[in-house]
Amino acid sequence: MSTVRYNYGTALLAAFEYLLEKYPEVFIIGQGLWSPWYVGNSMTDLDKKFGAHRVIDTPVSESACTGAAVGAALAGMKPVVVHPRMDFMLYAMDAIVNQAAKWSHMVGGQAAPGLTIRSIINRGGEQGAQHSQALHAWFAHVPGLRVVMPATVADARDLLIASVLCPDPVLFIDDRWLYDLEDDLPPVVELSLSSQRPQRLMQGDDLTIVASGYSTRLGLDAAGELLKQGISAEVIDLRVLNPFHPDVIIESVSKTGRLLVVDGSWGPCGMAGEVIASAVERIPVGVLKKSPARVTLPFAPAPTARVLEQAYYPTVDSIVVCAKKMMD
Amino acid sequence: MADWSFGHLSDPAQCQQPVDVTGQDRGVLLKQLEMMLRIRLAERCLANGRRDKLIGGPVHLGVGQEAVAVGVAAELRKTDRVFGAHRSHSHVLSMGSSLHRLFAEVLGKETGLSRGMGGSMHLWDQPNGFYGSVPIVSGTVPLAVGAALAAKLQGTDDVGVAYLGDGAVEEGVVHESLNLARMLKAPVLFVVENNLFASHMHISLRQPFEATARFAAANDIPYAVVDGNDVVAVRNASAKLIANARSAGGPGFLEAVTYRWYGHVDWREDIDVGVNRSADEVAAWRKRDPIARLYAGLQSAGWCDAMRLAEMEKQMNEEVAVAWDRATSDPYPALSALTSHVFRATGDTQ
Repeated sequence: MSTVRYNYGTALLAAFEYLLEKYPEVFIIGQGLWSPWYVGNSMTDLDKKFGAHRVIDTPVSESACTGAAVGAALAGMKPVVVHPRMDFMLYAMDAIVNQAAKWSHMVGGQAAPGLTIRSIINRGGEQGAQHSQALHAWFAHVPGLRVVMPATVADARDLLIASVLCPDPVLFIDDRWLYDLEDDLPPVVELSLSSQRPQRLMQGDDLTIVASGYSTRLGLDAAGELLKQGISAEVIDLRVLNPFHPDVIIESVSKTGRLLVVDGSWGPCGMAGEVIASAVERIPVGVLKKSPARVTLPFAPAPTARVLEQAYYPTVDSIVVCAKKMMD
Repeated sequence: MADWSFGHLSDPAQCQQPVDVTGQDRGVLLKQLEMMLRIRLAERCLANGRRDKLIGGPVHLGVGQEAVAVGVAAELRKTDRVFGAHRSHSHVLSMGSSLHRLFAEVLGKETGLSRGMGGSMHLWDQPNGFYGSVPIVSGTVPLAVGAALAAKLQGTDDVGVAYLGDGAVEEGVVHESLNLARMLKAPVLFVVENNLFASHMHISLRQPFEATARFAAANDIPYAVVDGNDVVAVRNASAKLIANARSAGGPGFLEAVTYRWYGHVDWREDIDVGVNRSADEVAAWRKRDPIARLYAGLQSAGWCDAMRLAEMEKQMNEEVAVAWDRATSDPYPALSALTSHVFRATGDTQ
């Protein structure tokens, strides 16, 4: 089968092109779409190719634009609303949490806004506390809102397409730190989002590392390093955080007896805690060889100064150190 | 209107005259009288049901405001996209919804408009053009803009309608929505039912001016401010703004000055909790009754008389009673409904 070389950014672009080409009900709305330096190489020239009426750059109004996408979805469109930084999307919480996520339930399943909210984690570079947040766990707490975090080039393309074609509201979270990741992809095959599950990206016997988004890359690199040191780690990428299906994780941890969760966000009430709880609840007492552990951010907003920023985010080393402790 | 006060429009001693029916269609007006009666009697029935504890959840009643929804709906089609808020019984009924299904919804019954999952505050009847109502103040305003934008992208001349109150205009998203609708030329009509109160607070305690149409002017959106208890005035103003929206002219803004006879929620007048709301004022506004004024107009034109009105009232009362009885004996949703409507796509269960 013929494949094409993509990076994570151009894989997203390919997904948008595929959707706009094939589905007339798809349109994109958000800030920065006619001068897409906000969104890396993921939306280049879409407005020129498909028209400014379908790729709509907007006033600085996150709340109204997201609400408008919800309304357009109820009227039969498949909108994608783009928030180039998740921090700014907080202005749109009502449209996302009160309206989109609850609509189907509130009307007895007779209608649902099948919109996709694309939100980008864009951090680092001394940008500080309000240009950095990864709030996926907040949204995974809400019933009715699917939350997707692609960690691979294939998922960047294929889960974006699956999200837009899904009849439910989806929060699709990509990460600027992944944009240079490369892979060869076969032609698009449309996936059903609701049947996607966490995926084992590396086989191992000693330890299970679970992560999502950029943290999955860290987990894979850490597993490579651990292998050199004689420790065989299995790496599982969550992919879809809501609804969360832990079966693959349970199966893996039942085998390795050790669970380490990496999450590029805060620990308390977070996704790492949810993953650990799901394992502890389901795995019989005595199977775990060590208490589960999590590598997350310090419980503080992101700093600006370079030295503080370097110490703030999880690294391959911090994961390796934590994993080795679990092998003692 | 330079100082954005309503003048005579918000003075309960004014605007008590019969509705001017000159040049109107008699049959249409009689239908509108009937619809306003239906809405009023339905809400009275809900008030009693709430008072007697047959209804478990809150009901926000719009008795006294019937002419607004009926006047606007006269210019709408079933393919338009109407969104309401917390006080939307009139909005959904004016689109032709079934009384029985409205009552069943308020009672939490499976046969309800939202299959018993919404109650009074989450009404849905998309097949009749009513896309939904929610109680988060201003929550549906941007949704109506988006549904209108969709109509434009879909190449139809359908319009969106956002019903909101004078309190909703104090929410930031309304201002974003006005600007966005104007810039995208979305065919949406913003209908502000300005009843002078947000919950217990009189508008003079919340805003420097009475007329919220000043925000339409600020956003270069065509607007009209009308006596909201005059169904013909509401319809005529809606007709112009909706026609403009249908012909690619972009959004419109209709402000209808009205008054609710009940309090913010449930069946009491709430003059005890209303700040700047008095029994005298409520009594004065009752003299601006939109139904009585339409009847007076029809009567002076010789188009309706007391006997016909009584007959109409009797028929509406029967309709309400039958619908209520049927709804009260309908079943509740199955327990599986607790989780079965959270997502629409299937495939999540392993």
